[in-house]
Amino acid sequence: MRPRSITQRKTLNGVVTLIAGSAAVFGLCMLVWILYTVVSRGIGAINWDFFTQLPKPPGMSGGGVANAILGTVMITAAATIIGVPIGMMAGIYLSEFGQESKFANTVRFVANIMMGAPSIVIGVFAYTIIVLRFGFSGYAGAIALAIIMLPIVTRTTEDILKLVPNTLRESALALGAPEHKMIFEVVFRAAKSGLVTGVMLAVARVSGETAPLLFTAVNSKFWNWLMVGETGNLTVTINDYAKSAFNDQNTMAWGASLLITAGVLFLNITARLISRDRKAKR
Amino acid sequence: MAINIEQPNISQRPHKSPANKLFRMLGAACCCLIVLVMAGIVIELFIKSQLSMNTFGWGFLTSSTWDPVNGKFGALSSISGTIVTTIIALIIAVPMSLVVSIFLVELAPEKLSGIFGTAIELLAAIPSIIYGMWGLFVFVPIMGKYINPLLSKWFGNTFLFSGPSSSGLGILTAGCILALMVLPFITSVMRDILMMVPPVMKESAYGLGATTWEVTKDVSIPYGLRGMVGAVFLGLGRAIGETMAVTFVLANDHTLSSSLFAGGNTIASTLAVEFTEASDGLYLSSLVQLGLVLFLITAIFQIIAQVWLKYAGKNGGRS
Repeated sequence: MRPRSITQRKTLNGVVTLIAGSAAVFGLCMLVWILYTVVSRGIGAINWDFFTQLPKPPGMSGGGVANAILGTVMITAAATIIGVPIGMMAGIYLSEFGQESKFANTVRFVANIMMGAPSIVIGVFAYTIIVLRFGFSGYAGAIALAIIMLPIVTRTTEDILKLVPNTLRESALALGAPEHKMIFEVVFRAAKSGLVTGVMLAVARVSGETAPLLFTAVNSKFWNWLMVGETGNLTVTINDYAKSAFNDQNTMAWGASLLITAGVLFLNITARLISRDRKAKR
Repeated sequence: MAINIEQPNISQRPHKSPANKLFRMLGAACCCLIVLVMAGIVIELFIKSQLSMNTFGWGFLTSSTWDPVNGKFGALSSISGTIVTTIIALIIAVPMSLVVSIFLVELAPEKLSGIFGTAIELLAAIPSIIYGMWGLFVFVPIMGKYINPLLSKWFGNTFLFSGPSSSGLGILTAGCILALMVLPFITSVMRDILMMVPPVMKESAYGLGATTWEVTKDVSIPYGLRGMVGAVFLGLGRAIGETMAVTFVLANDHTLSSSLFAGGNTIASTLAVEFTEASDGLYLSSLVQLGLVLFLITAIFQIIAQVWLKYAGKNGGRS
């Protein structure tokens, strides 16, 4: 290494800090810009009608996206009901029973690959396997989202359960508790906030998904309480309205973007606060 | 009087109780379900793309004709669009995330790095369609008015930046938006890796009188290099399969062009735009085959990333 004077080295250090700092500021500015755009353009669309009215035909002002809000909530809830219990059971198995067995490692490997699978491919899968047989429905969309959730919930459940100290398990077993009681009444209690955080993050992740819903739930202008047939939802509404030539619909798309962004960020921040509380308690 | 101690019945040991067995089996079944779904995706996509495979054979991957009217389909323009947008995204995002993560972990004051770090993680959670909306309404006009004309003035005689540039749509714009989207993701993974460098190693370097940058360059980066490469692979997997961030700005153009200003398409954007329009069996089958190609590409990169990270883990992250 070439010897250099202390001044040179310190200058280099300063220059690098400056470059890195400005890159960080630049990146953050771009992203704040995106958020600012969503808020400033979307806020105009938000009013009472936005939450309570059905969409108006193209070219007419007013109306809302009430049916799409309902649809997004129902589809996400259905996906959570399907995806979370299965994912959690798989996570429990991997953490408590599977451990380092060949089977468990294969499942982990597959789950990781599934986590990286593009969401639109999951949508195509849901289309060929459900929609081709039963037609469009909110349930097809929910199943697609559940498939996306499944590996996420599995891996986070496993990671969080592994943090629970083994002594807790041993004490429960020594008292004669069967394994399922040990897990649900001792391990789950110790890991509660972590599990809640994990599930909330998974819900946040899928509630903003558009691609898997494009050709499963599609979209609709009407109430659809049963989710049979085309079901309105916020993200596909954004997709449709963003491409529209009508200004009113573009504004609606920004309003829906604001709503979905606010929802996703709210879930994320709440989840973080919950897990921070847990850390603080320790 | 004999003391009657109740002997525990062996068959009633909690471990062997039927409820316990059922519980274990349920867990194993859920694990199997994950594997089955994954296998189901591959098999189902494979079956549904048979028609297109039989009609076009390997030519599907090498032909750039995409003509739904006459029933001729080739994936080359989609595949090249996917690759080019991903490369642009990584060229921009990887150095930036490296620099930003170094800033967050090594250089920034602790308070600032906490705030920045949380902000970046939150930004990674924003749905991709928001990036797409922003791209279409805000970024495309800027590209069309300022950046593209400038690029074509400077580099207009090279093949990459030739042709009309004023629309602002096209491959370059899509790549930039993609870069913005994967930036928070790669940064947060790289940050986690840099934070895993043992403090003792850094402290000993500081003790020798090294500056912060020297510690970063000679201790932290070499220590976390493998993990960082893994992070790039993860970002790559994200960028390749991303749909909503790029669909709006690509103009869904299936002609193959060397110019980055030209409209284009990626596999994901083609699926998003055309899937509901697919009227006949061959069209649908070709689209499903596109989906299969995309899935296999991302799966390959995932597998590489996994094996790589596992290897990195065994070596304690050192290269």
